[in-house]
Amino acid sequence: MAATSKGSRKGTMNGLPDWGLLLGSVLVYLFLYAPIAVLILFSFNSTRSTQVWSGFSFEWYGQLLADPTILQAFRTSLTVGVIATLIATVIGTMTALALSRHRFRGQSVADTAIYAATVMPEIVVGVSLLVFFVAVRIDLGITTIVIAHVAFTISFVTIVVRARLAGMDRSVEEAAQDLGASPVQTFFRVTLPLILPGVMAGGLLAFTLSFDDFVITYFISGVGSSTLPLKIYSMIKFGVSPVINALSTVVLVATLFLIFGGSRLLVRKDNT
Amino acid sequence: MKRISRGRFLRTMGAAGVAGSTLSVLACQPNTSAQSGGGGGGGGGPEEKVLNFYNWSDYVAESTVPDFVKQTGIKVTQDFFSSNEDLLAKLQAGGTGYDVIVPSDYMVAIMIKSDVVQKLDMSQIPNSKNVGKEYEGLSYDPKNEYSLPYQWGTTGILYNKKEIGQLPESWDPLWDTEFEGEMSMLNDTRETFGAALYRMGLSVNTTDTGELQRAADELKKQKPLLRGYFDSTEARPLVQNGDLLMGHVFSGDAFLALSENPDLDYVVPKPAATRWTDNMCIPNGAEHPQNAHKFINYILGAKTGAELSNYTYYNTPNAAALPMIDDALKDLPGYVLPGSVFERLQVIADPGEATREYERLFTEVKSS
Amino acid sequence: MAKGWSLGLAALLAPVTLWLGLFFLVPLLFIVAYSFGTSGAYGGITLGFNPGNYLLVFDPLYLEIIVRSFGIAALTTLLCFLLGYPLAYFIVFKGRRWRNALILLVMVPFWTSLLIRAYAWVVILGGNGIANKSLQFLGITDGPVDLIFTPEAVLLGMTYSYLPFMVLPLYAALEKFDVRLKEAGKDLGASRWQTFLRVTFPLSLPGVIAGSILVFIPSSGEFVIPDLLGGSRTVMTGNLIQNQFLQSRDWAFGSALSVILGVLLLVAIMFYIRRVGTDKLEGA
Repeated sequence: MAATSKGSRKGTMNGLPDWGLLLGSVLVYLFLYAPIAVLILFSFNSTRSTQVWSGFSFEWYGQLLADPTILQAFRTSLTVGVIATLIATVIGTMTALALSRHRFRGQSVADTAIYAATVMPEIVVGVSLLVFFVAVRIDLGITTIVIAHVAFTISFVTIVVRARLAGMDRSVEEAAQDLGASPVQTFFRVTLPLILPGVMAGGLLAFTLSFDDFVITYFISGVGSSTLPLKIYSMIKFGVSPVINALSTVVLVATLFLIFGGSRLLVRKDNT
Repeated sequence: MKRISRGRFLRTMGAAGVAGSTLSVLACQPNTSAQSGGGGGGGGGPEEKVLNFYNWSDYVAESTVPDFVKQTGIKVTQDFFSSNEDLLAKLQAGGTGYDVIVPSDYMVAIMIKSDVVQKLDMSQIPNSKNVGKEYEGLSYDPKNEYSLPYQWGTTGILYNKKEIGQLPESWDPLWDTEFEGEMSMLNDTRETFGAALYRMGLSVNTTDTGELQRAADELKKQKPLLRGYFDSTEARPLVQNGDLLMGHVFSGDAFLALSENPDLDYVVPKPAATRWTDNMCIPNGAEHPQNAHKFINYILGAKTGAELSNYTYYNTPNAAALPMIDDALKDLPGYVLPGSVFERLQVIADPGEATREYERLFTEVKSS
Repeated sequence: MAKGWSLGLAALLAPVTLWLGLFFLVPLLFIVAYSFGTSGAYGGITLGFNPGNYLLVFDPLYLEIIVRSFGIAALTTLLCFLLGYPLAYFIVFKGRRWRNALILLVMVPFWTSLLIRAYAWVVILGGNGIANKSLQFLGITDGPVDLIFTPEAVLLGMTYSYLPFMVLPLYAALEKFDVRLKEAGKDLGASRWQTFLRVTFPLSLPGVIAGSILVFIPSSGEFVIPDLLGGSRTVMTGNLIQNQFLQSRDWAFGSALSVILGVLLLVAIMFYIRRVGTDKLEGA
């Protein structure tokens, strides 16, 4: 943001906000948050209604905690999310390095494959994995879910990390290599710290996609592997209930903590 | 078909006196947690003390599973499916590790034909004698070799009697333009076609292309009058809250709604309606068949059977359990069916090759 | 830039090749093979060369569903763009020191389960929901009106759900380019709009493309939102595919539909990238 000092007389780009733009943005934020606010509000309703407010209570949170199937689903989602994210982030970062630091025969094929994996709609991925696991007789369960989640998140990690690599100044890396650092040393000492925000962003994205995935998981879940989205879906199908609101609120708050923590890391890295 | 009825809310609420007590949604057993089916948890008997139960959501009483665990020491893992076809797909995936499953009537027939369920050993299920005569030897498994009934019920119309008065015992109201935008049908191919076929005096199991086409035409005429095609559990609260005047639902959902809102009524229309049965089966390749037999025997016990139906609000096929069914439940309209009504009910069968014709036509109806 | 193949490069690419090859590409090949098979009445499949499944896709009934689904997905993408671009622009250029906070605010809903977001609208659009109450309070309607279980509700739910997918890449694209470029444009006497159209927008095109793709793809395969917010009155391609696998037990036809959906999306996106990419070159 170097332009502050130099602003033109007619009103600087960084000066007063444009009112129309401001109003529009406020409205979009309202659009994004009003439903969530309503959702949270009714998680504290004292009656079963999710539409008519009657009074404040924690009843639905009590029920939420008392339901072992929800807790179990939460645990399953967390396990799957963490494992899948770790694997996908490592593989994705390696892929990003390969694609942006090397020129090789078949690169365009590799590029296309990476994008194709993000382009494929989840339902197609879901049914193809179902067909595949059935055909090769791999038991459906947590393992199949992790396998699938890694498969569809690798590309996202790759793209995010690659964007970071592309925007990066190569001179430091080159300097390191000129000074005799091996490629591996250069990576861990120079490149990784520089692209870490990208890697973390990719990891967070992968975790989100995994934790939130309903469609693919729906087709390939098996014994004892009901994830949170599957549980939420069946709860919604049972008709609305403030317990779903309470659950949503908990997920939301947990998310806030995650993002807050993550963003502090990202911001710090960005500023150094 | 999904007869996931939900949360016996009134009763539990009353009994527990509100206060954050366990209810409805968590109905599904406080005991399932994380016992993984595969682990080598070495129990005393020849089989490890584990049972993997694959059921419709919210379809066991709060006490059902915990009591079984207490009695036998067998840990129960529960997973849930949302449609019969979903269940079949998972089973055909092979080796999924479920020990007891709960398919509906026509699906039992399909599963027998596609060889994914095994024969039951009746000597291990002495309580099978409790099954009432009317629920034995139905067309889908004439000798009850592979299946024993779990719950049964009807499919009919739940409506707001206070708003629109007593409805006739007929399917016609669901085609009445007076109620435009205030009605819903089941998002279930066979049931919704069933309503149209019954109304025309035809069999729910017709495979005649002409008859099916006529039914589809009727449903296309009906579509503009509907709010949507919903699962029974989705339609129940909509009728209950007054968002809809009328909904095509499974009986358990209707009875739950009735017990919470006295303005409602449930009708099993003439000239015919569906009578469905959900059944317990053991898949081929089940890892704990002995435990599975124990569980099936346990469910068919008089007390367990009564608790089950008192919770689900569906009917019990268990003659020994009948005397223990709550009076409040028996007093609801349509719960105890007079013989004349029972006689006219039809059982949905597997239509074989015609399945695809049904599905195609339902897609056509929905996107018309 | 390292040129050509090396051991290091091979090591970097081995895991992704293996994983995507085995668990992405091979399953897709299975689907392709199945799409030429013949479904048994009970879900089994006989492999062979049966083009019937593809011919069935051209049945007017199914064709119309596919075309309509793409239409709804395109509309969703457009709405997300119209809402998302000004927002991303605002955050980047007017957000100043709140920029990070503002983009985080966009990410929070994105982090929340898609199902929860759809559910929020089920609650709001219901007969006694806030939306109806507000309309009555404002005197626009005098009784509850049908908001939920309409095609508009499906569009609304999809736009709401996928909006963050549009904003995030736009933000990333806009954030990257230097404010000084715009300053230069203004110094050369260009009006705001000219600056925007000639400089800012073309440079943000990669973000527009990425955002549109991220919105369009899940929208065109969507089956949950039409189910929850549309009352199943609107059948989309996703519902159709799900139906073949979990209702009709016609895996062969379901596979053919999946192949068609995948291929159409690939073609559409290649075309889109090429088209927009060329424009970008011309603009520069």
